Amino acid sequence: MKSRKPSIPYIVWMVVFTMIPIVMIGFTAFTDNSGNFSLEPLKNAFYYKNVFLKSLWIAFISTAICLLLAYPIAYLITRMKKSSQNTMIMLLMIPMWMNFLLRIYAWITILQDNGPLDMALSMLGIHATYIGNTGAVVLGMVYEYLPFMILPIYTVMSKIDPALIEAAQDLGSNNISVFRKVIFPLSIPGIISGITLVFVPSASTFLVSQYLGGTDDIMIGDIIDKIFWTDQHTGSAISLILMIFIFVFLVLMNFFGDEEAIA
Amino acid sequence: MENSSKKTIVSLKDIFVRFDGEVILNHINLDIREKEFVTILGPSGCGKTTTLRIIGGFIQPEGGDVYYDGKRINNLPPYKRNVNTVFQKYALFPHLNVFENVAFGLRLKKLPKNVIKEKVTNMLAVVDLKGYEKRNVSKLSGGQQQRVAIARALVCNPDIILLDEPLGALDLKLRKSMQLELKEIQQKSEKTFIYVTHDQEEALTMSDRVVVMNNGSIEQIGSPEDIYNEPVNAFVADFIGEANILNGTMIDDCRIKILGKELECVDKGFGKNTPVDVVIRPEDIEITEPENGQLVGEVVSSIFKGVHYEMSVMCGKCEILIHSTSQAEVGSTIGMRVIPFNIQIMNKLLPFYNNIIEAEVTYANENENSFEFKLEGETVTVENHFFSVGTKVKISLPPEALQLAGDGVGDLKDVYIESVIYKGEHNEIILESDERKWLMLSDTDEQVATYVPLAFDFSKAEFEVISNAKEGR
Repeated sequence: MKSRKPSIPYIVWMVVFTMIPIVMIGFTAFTDNSGNFSLEPLKNAFYYKNVFLKSLWIAFISTAICLLLAYPIAYLITRMKKSSQNTMIMLLMIPMWMNFLLRIYAWITILQDNGPLDMALSMLGIHATYIGNTGAVVLGMVYEYLPFMILPIYTVMSKIDPALIEAAQDLGSNNISVFRKVIFPLSIPGIISGITLVFVPSASTFLVSQYLGGTDDIMIGDIIDKIFWTDQHTGSAISLILMIFIFVFLVLMNFFGDEEAIA
Repeated sequence: MENSSKKTIVSLKDIFVRFDGEVILNHINLDIREKEFVTILGPSGCGKTTTLRIIGGFIQPEGGDVYYDGKRINNLPPYKRNVNTVFQKYALFPHLNVFENVAFGLRLKKLPKNVIKEKVTNMLAVVDLKGYEKRNVSKLSGGQQQRVAIARALVCNPDIILLDEPLGALDLKLRKSMQLELKEIQQKSEKTFIYVTHDQEEALTMSDRVVVMNNGSIEQIGSPEDIYNEPVNAFVADFIGEANILNGTMIDDCRIKILGKELECVDKGFGKNTPVDVVIRPEDIEITEPENGQLVGEVVSSIFKGVHYEMSVMCGKCEILIHSTSQAEVGSTIGMRVIPFNIQIMNKLLPFYNNIIEAEVTYANENENSFEFKLEGETVTVENHFFSVGTKVKISLPPEALQLAGDGVGDLKDVYIESVIYKGEHNEIILESDERKWLMLSDTDEQVATYVPLAFDFSKAEFEVISNAKEGR
């Protein structure tokens, strides 16, 4: 058996920065201001039920759009020359080096009334409001998280042994069935981790909806952000519920992931 | 021969392939007959895998044609060819179990489910993998994966099966049993097998015919016996089995001179006093009393190899290898005899011995007693010789005047090592530069198919003026 010593710093880190905060949140979520056991925060949390559902819905839509965009992009990148592949990946990474808020502000400028998008489309005779609605929130989220979907899919796809594709061709597959019977099934682990990497942060994100969305596009992350200033107990309860949702989701994803690997 | 009556199924005509400017296949021609087991044998980098990939349809040749059953199939994609491949590292689908891997090709043919099940089950029985249907392929041993790969190819019922070094990853014992198993499967299934390997023993064991390749060309095609007993040149003799390859001179028909002795042989038609390569297999040398020997030498080492002793005998400066069931004492002097039939005479790989350069002097310095000339785009400086600018000179460099430049800067950069053949005394190395070939002697082993810098030692060269510099220019 390997020595466990090297994992000690990791364990200390986990306990101090993950385990203890979770226990504290759990404790705060079930107490009132005087420190007595109380179900009041949980009851208050359910007041935000609709925000919860809307957040999950927006996260779901964003993840789905990310997947639809990312999969063909990742596939096309893997078919390029190695040097072009590196350039493409670089281009994907560069926007992530910029501050998140700055990028959201850029979108506000683009989408606002009389902004570049509005001006361009009004020349074609189309007039609409592009900001302050769910669509703008989804756009911001897709923009934000698309690289996190492309990268894992690309990584998994580029590791597929070219000999497997040749073997499939050799056994009678045309390009379509090579994709359907070899490339797609082998890229599923990338899809799974891409979905996880996009869905989890988008479900709990904040600020995007505040800046790009309308009043009823407020997301659960924003609620937690706001409520913690006034009522830590309800904030903790909401966090706890969100955590449970995400945990269940991750378990489900893992389950599907394993299933695919075996079948 | 019985084989030659069979129909030709695949025919390669004048195939030429280049990758990144490097010639991989240099106008090769090859006919493969129905139901035969053909092995393409050669060192790594000789183009054998490329030949296989051309038949499989994974590479389109730059020049030449591929015929299948009389039809030209140059541009037919792999999935439309009735050919299946067993890949080097098997290339089994990791997301499918054993059954689904084997069923892959049948499912694409849209066969009914019960037919697929029956065929796959039968095929798994043939390769001795009954009961492994549901196993994960990554959990199988190398030999089992190998058999899944063969079953996957065979079950599609192709006319031809291509095998790309399929036993390379297996241990010796498993290789031996798989060799026999493969041969048996081939005979039972009556399919054409085209097998690629660098292992000469494998090629001799399994094949009906062997194709020996080197450096993008086919050196010899023949039955295993032909290839072993009648190699066409020193390369084939060296590559197949162990051999004493010696420099000799053909005095006249049936008279050969090696190591200063004139011997009788059976080959004719080489002309008189022609330099040739001579091959004598170690097992064909008979040990006698010194006074009865055609050649006499001193035993310098003797190793017991199980079936025979492997003895090294110094005959003057030349080392000769003997395999014999009787042992001679190390240090003793022995005589050696070879019957004329066992002396193989072959043309030299290169038509010249000394390397001749004809060049025009481009720069000369009388004070320093040196001159320069251009060779394949590089400037070569010659010290201690002077010819005026414009003089055409013929420089004759004996093989020992060529060296691989140890400092990395030679007169010619990036010269390709085409072959290294041990001639008892030295290694004879054939090098290929952009425009020509060179012959070099070396006492060290060099790696074939690598690029090295080449340096010339002009103190060993002979110079001859062809024409003087033109006056008045």
